[in-house]
Formats: sequence, C-alpha cells, structure tokens
Amino acid sequence: MASLIELANPARFMRLSNVLLPWVAGIAVLLLLVGFYLAWFVAPADYQQGETIRIMYLHVPAAWLAMMFYSMMACSALGVLIWRHPLADVAQQAAAPIGAAFALICLLTGSFWGKPMWGTYWVWDARLTSMLVLFLLYLGVIALRRAIDEPSRAGRAVAILTLVGSVNIPIIKFSVDWWSTLHQPASVLRLSGPTIHTSMLWPLLILAVGFTLAALWLHAVAMQAELLRRRVRTLKILEAERLDRLSLQAAE
Amino acid sequence: MMLELGPHGGFILAAYLASGLILCGLAALILLDRRAQRRALALLEQQGIGRRSERKTS
Repeated sequence: MASLIELANPARFMRLSNVLLPWVAGIAVLLLLVGFYLAWFVAPADYQQGETIRIMYLHVPAAWLAMMFYSMMACSALGVLIWRHPLADVAQQAAAPIGAAFALICLLTGSFWGKPMWGTYWVWDARLTSMLVLFLLYLGVIALRRAIDEPSRAGRAVAILTLVGSVNIPIIKFSVDWWSTLHQPASVLRLSGPTIHTSMLWPLLILAVGFTLAALWLHAVAMQAELLRRRVRTLKILEAERLDRLSLQAAE
Repeated sequence: MMLELGPHGGFILAAYLASGLILCGLAALILLDRRAQRRALALLEQQGIGRRSERKTS
C-alpha cells in the first residue's frame, strides 16, 4: 500500500496524465462514434417502447457513471481520512461536478423517457428518489467544499459527508428489488446475465465504455486544474511570506 | 431508423439535447479552468515566483 501511495504523487500524476490523456480522449471519441452509430442506425426499436428506447443509450451509462463517480469519491474519502493523501483530496474534489452532471443527465433523460412510457415526468418511487438524493448529495459535497476556506479542513469535512452519503449507492442499485417501483428492474447487471437483446446490448456496452473513458478524461483534466490551482495558491502564500519577511528585515 | 422517431420524437431529441448541453458545458468549464490555472502559474513564474523563491523561503 505504501508504494501505491508513493506512486500517487502529484508531480508523477501530472507527467503520466499528460502522456495518457490524448490516447484516452481518442479512444473515447472512437467508441462514442461507433456506439451512437450502432444505437441509432443498427439497433432496432423496442417492441413495446418503440423509438424511445434510444434514450436508454444515454440514460443507463449516465446512471452507471453517476454511481461510479460517487463510489470513486468514497474511495478517495478513505484516502483523505486514513492516509491524508493530497492527491486523494484532489481526486475527490474533481469528481464531484462530473458525477453531479451524470446524475442530472440520468434524471433528465429518465423524465423524458418516463413521460411517454409512464405518462408522467416524475414519480416519487424508490429508484427515482434515491437517484435524486444522489444528485443532491453531489450538490451538498460541492457546496460544503466551497463553504470552508481552509483546503485540508474542507477535504476532511467533504470526505466524512461523502462516506455518510455512500450508503445511498446500494440503495439505488437494489431499490428496484427491495421496493415495488414503477422503474423496471435491472436488465444488464444481473447475476443471471443480461435480459436485453444483443442488438441493443452491444451499443449500450460500447457507449458505456466510451462515456466512462470520456468521464475519466474529464476527471483527469479537472484534477490537473485543481493541482495547478493549489500550486498557484501555495506560491502566492510563499511569496507573501517572503515579502513580509523582507519588509520586517528592512524595518529592523 | 434514425429520422423516423415516431410520435415521441420530441422527448428523444430533448433527452439528447439536454445531455449534449450538460456534457459540453461541463467539458468547457473544466478545460477553461485548467487553461486559467496554467496561465496563472506561468504569470507567477514570469515574475520570478516559482520553485526557486519557494526553496529560498523554506
């Protein structure tokens, strides 16, 4: 574990991410192009839901990524609280807006899918409500971070809130099994295998990988921005201290 | 096929439009933020505030 923590060094992260980011972006764009081509031109309409099934290709990857990014934040929160690792805090901070964006996409596309299929944009059922709670948790994490000026204190407070909120992730996943909901049960991530036809499953999986790579690319860029911001802040503080010391010496 | 979206085409297009706007907006914000931070760091280094001044004071 110690060597893993040593590997997660900010300078090493910047060097490695600069090399990997163009490749990740290229593969993500390629997968998204192939995935959307298959989703729109090859995959058939659903026998019950008709063409509205095209919304699934956005809705499902967005839901997976909203939960994945929160899980990543929970792992980073452990890194912040146990090892006090600066890169874990940066990773946690950079992930929140991205996870929030995917949670919002999931909620919006779900509403646009729900209206023609269920007759309503919204219903307070367990799956929809727990996903809304996830979105609100993301907003809470972002707001808490901004409310505390001192970065390490903010990091610890956000880490605690993130870990408390992580109880919502299994609730989202199993809400359709635990409660009677309008939302359909899982049709891809099931122990007995997917129930969705391969003509729709392949585009969905390709798009899921494409969106995941795009989201990880965004996360790495956001981490770079945050590391640079912290560097600028540190340099400004050090310079201010140096100028203070010089003025004190001059006064003496 | 693609251009025959049926009676619910408006919902499908709205879902894609909203998702596209959110993702493009997010990507733009993150990329602009990184550019701003790179510029701020370059400006500090131009003023001679960098590793050397950090080492001197520490």
